[in-house]
Amino acid sequence: MITYLGRRAFHSILSVIGLLTLVFFLTRLTGDPSALYLPLDSTAEARAAFARLNGLDQPIYWQFLDYLRDLLQLDFGESLRQNRSAMQVALEAFPETLKLAAVAITLSTALAILVGSLAAARPGSMFDRVASFVSLAGASAPDFWVAIVGILVFAVGLGLLPTSGTGTWAHWIMPVFVLMLRPFGLLVQVVRGTMLSALASPYIKTARAKGLPRQKIIFGHALRNSLLPVVTVAGDLATSLVNGAVVVESIFGWPGIGKLMIDSIIQRDFAVVQSTILVTATAIFILNIAIDLLYAVLDPRIRY
Amino acid sequence: MSNATILKVEALTVDFLSDDEPIRAVDDVSFHVSRGETLVILGESGSGKSVSTSTVMDLVDCPPGDIVAGSCLFDGIELSGLGAEARRSINGRRIAMIFQDPLAYLNPVYTVGRQIEEVYESHGAGAGKDARANTIELLRRVGIPEPENRVDFYPHQFSGGQRQRVMIAMAIALKPDILIADEPTTALDVSVQAQILDLLRDLQRETGMALIMITHDLEVAASMADRIIVMNGGKVVETGIAKAVFSNPQHAYTRRLISALPHGNAAEAPNKRSTAIAGETLLKVEHLTKHYVLASGAFSSKRTFKAVDDISFEVRRGETLGIVGESGSGKSSVARMLLGLNEPSAGKAVFAGENIFEMNEKRLMAFRRKVQMVFQDPYGSMNPRMRVYSIISEPWVIHRDILPKNRWKTRVAELLELVGLLPEHAGRYPHQFSGGQRQRIAIARALASEPELIVCDEAVSALDVSIQAQVIDLLADLRTRLSLSYIFITHDLPIVRHFADRIMVMKDGRIVEEGQTSALFGAPRHEYTQSLLQAVPRPKWLTQA
Repeated sequence: MITYLGRRAFHSILSVIGLLTLVFFLTRLTGDPSALYLPLDSTAEARAAFARLNGLDQPIYWQFLDYLRDLLQLDFGESLRQNRSAMQVALEAFPETLKLAAVAITLSTALAILVGSLAAARPGSMFDRVASFVSLAGASAPDFWVAIVGILVFAVGLGLLPTSGTGTWAHWIMPVFVLMLRPFGLLVQVVRGTMLSALASPYIKTARAKGLPRQKIIFGHALRNSLLPVVTVAGDLATSLVNGAVVVESIFGWPGIGKLMIDSIIQRDFAVVQSTILVTATAIFILNIAIDLLYAVLDPRIRY
Repeated sequence: MSNATILKVEALTVDFLSDDEPIRAVDDVSFHVSRGETLVILGESGSGKSVSTSTVMDLVDCPPGDIVAGSCLFDGIELSGLGAEARRSINGRRIAMIFQDPLAYLNPVYTVGRQIEEVYESHGAGAGKDARANTIELLRRVGIPEPENRVDFYPHQFSGGQRQRVMIAMAIALKPDILIADEPTTALDVSVQAQILDLLRDLQRETGMALIMITHDLEVAASMADRIIVMNGGKVVETGIAKAVFSNPQHAYTRRLISALPHGNAAEAPNKRSTAIAGETLLKVEHLTKHYVLASGAFSSKRTFKAVDDISFEVRRGETLGIVGESGSGKSSVARMLLGLNEPSAGKAVFAGENIFEMNEKRLMAFRRKVQMVFQDPYGSMNPRMRVYSIISEPWVIHRDILPKNRWKTRVAELLELVGLLPEHAGRYPHQFSGGQRQRIAIARALASEPELIVCDEAVSALDVSIQAQVIDLLADLRTRLSLSYIFITHDLPIVRHFADRIMVMKDGRIVEEGQTSALFGAPRHEYTQSLLQAVPRPKWLTQA
């Protein structure tokens, strides 16, 4: 167990280093920040001074070594845009994304388990067909389209909800709803499928022969055995949400890490891009280890 | 029969809906059972024996199931069309059931204790500490060692026999009036089977419950039954007092079943051993050993597990060597090493003058042509998306020199006829055949590369008794016609009695006894062989007399 965690952590650190290397060079392929941060008519001397100040005049491998050395001292660089610690900028945005992701994934998983189980309990029923239709439609609808139509109808048209930003609980409704659509749709399908095969398994016959009540058979015996694939898919979806729901955050002006990431890329704010990647990658690795541990909790046959 | 009749099933008819016509699984079946009595429902696979009892428990899913007619009268209550609540008060409390494969029938994610406690809780017969104490007591009763600790174990942490004991504990928790046992010992080794059957008999004596036992195994049937009903094709073909049915079967099907019994009286049974042994040694195995190093845990150092421990034997041309052992005895490991599917840790195996384990890639190819294998589960070992023609001709794709391509079609037809199938079967898929036919296809595939030695690993274990006899007959016939040698691996000692020339009994990776078949059966020397022979169930009417 401890060995397992140690090994996972070691592999994770290796992956993060690889990822950061890749990101470092790729961001620099986007162009020179001085073109964006200095006035169009600034002189060559001013540009050179800006480059020197930010270490951009050095050869790229030298810049990389510098970056690594700073990393070891936990110095993640300065934001060009905000003139303060890049890591601080990333860490301020991240909780906003985390809150949104946690609410969306928790709600959609819980709802999908309920709907999927009930659909599987009576396959072919009206409820099953409606659930399948709604979930498939949800999983297939492009989120940016739903988001824009949502704003048009509920914010602009009816004036019920704010168009964007944060503050009140009403600000949460549309982003959470849009973020839930895809995970909910996929998870209903997964829950329904695994529940169907669980309900057909021999131990369900035993439960029926024991005279257990129906809801105990469905939610006690079948569901518990169906959870592993659900955790896998939900974990994967959670990962993509933690990564920052770029589109949704941008449309609803949600100050999360996805929006920060895309803004920083456009602005060539290299240090911030690298910091956001470091933060989300670390979070994703922690999430993956948590999912592995959850497997062992759910299935006593899995031991690390 | 008498006032004590507790369950009376009458004219039960069950269909299964399919795309075309409904398939009649159970056709006008009637039976009854009394308190304290054991009724055995005997039948081969597909005979409808399980469906009839599942209907009593309302375990048949409708659809696709469709209960067309019939009544099940249990202690004055009509069971068919019973509401969910009334049904719950009977299932698990008054009628309980155990199944063939306890690993699949126990929920893998709950401790066995939890699953037994659930029976008490859901029937309002105690919860919490009470239920747990009762559960531990039950586990002790069914013979689980250290029940105080084992109660918190998960199903996968028990052996097969123990798992069936757990199932039995769960079933008898509320002292039901009827226990239905659906092939309860089919997946178990003979010695374990004997223990489980003893346990069932003891429990019946203690509680006076009626026992309905479903089995395809004639010996198990004879050892348990007071009365017996024989089912075939969904119908009851014969019913009566067990002794009468066995000693004087009326129906042709029953007669055929009983004559197929490989364990019958040795004098009567036809001898299928080879008549002439060429004598020349084909395969010589010396000091074959396979060790597995088990991973070291946090508190234990590395351990070695000896799957096969220094065994030597030889097979001569035209001879059948039976390797007999229970699960975990290492018999399959031997087969896997001989076929080069596993590397041995030590030892050598000389086939036609050459050590198998030192062959290079090319020599190994040639060797594999000469040695073929037939597995236990022909369905699992055949690609379901390949037609029989492609399955049988595949060896010729690999070994190009066996047969020119223009002759493949005729040869496949010949091989199919050789194993008792029809040439037109070549265009079908494996799922379109019965288990026995699939095993014939597997044999045809093995024959395609013109082998000298065929290794059969539990090749007939999954088949019904009458089919087993047919496949053994086929193997014996092919041996004579093609002068083949066999290594026949099985857990079922009596099955090789009239087929193997020599028998090797394995236990814990070692050979405990080896000898000519008649000598071994006549006077088994080793204690383990004796216990294996004695573990074969004996008819109830003999033991009671």
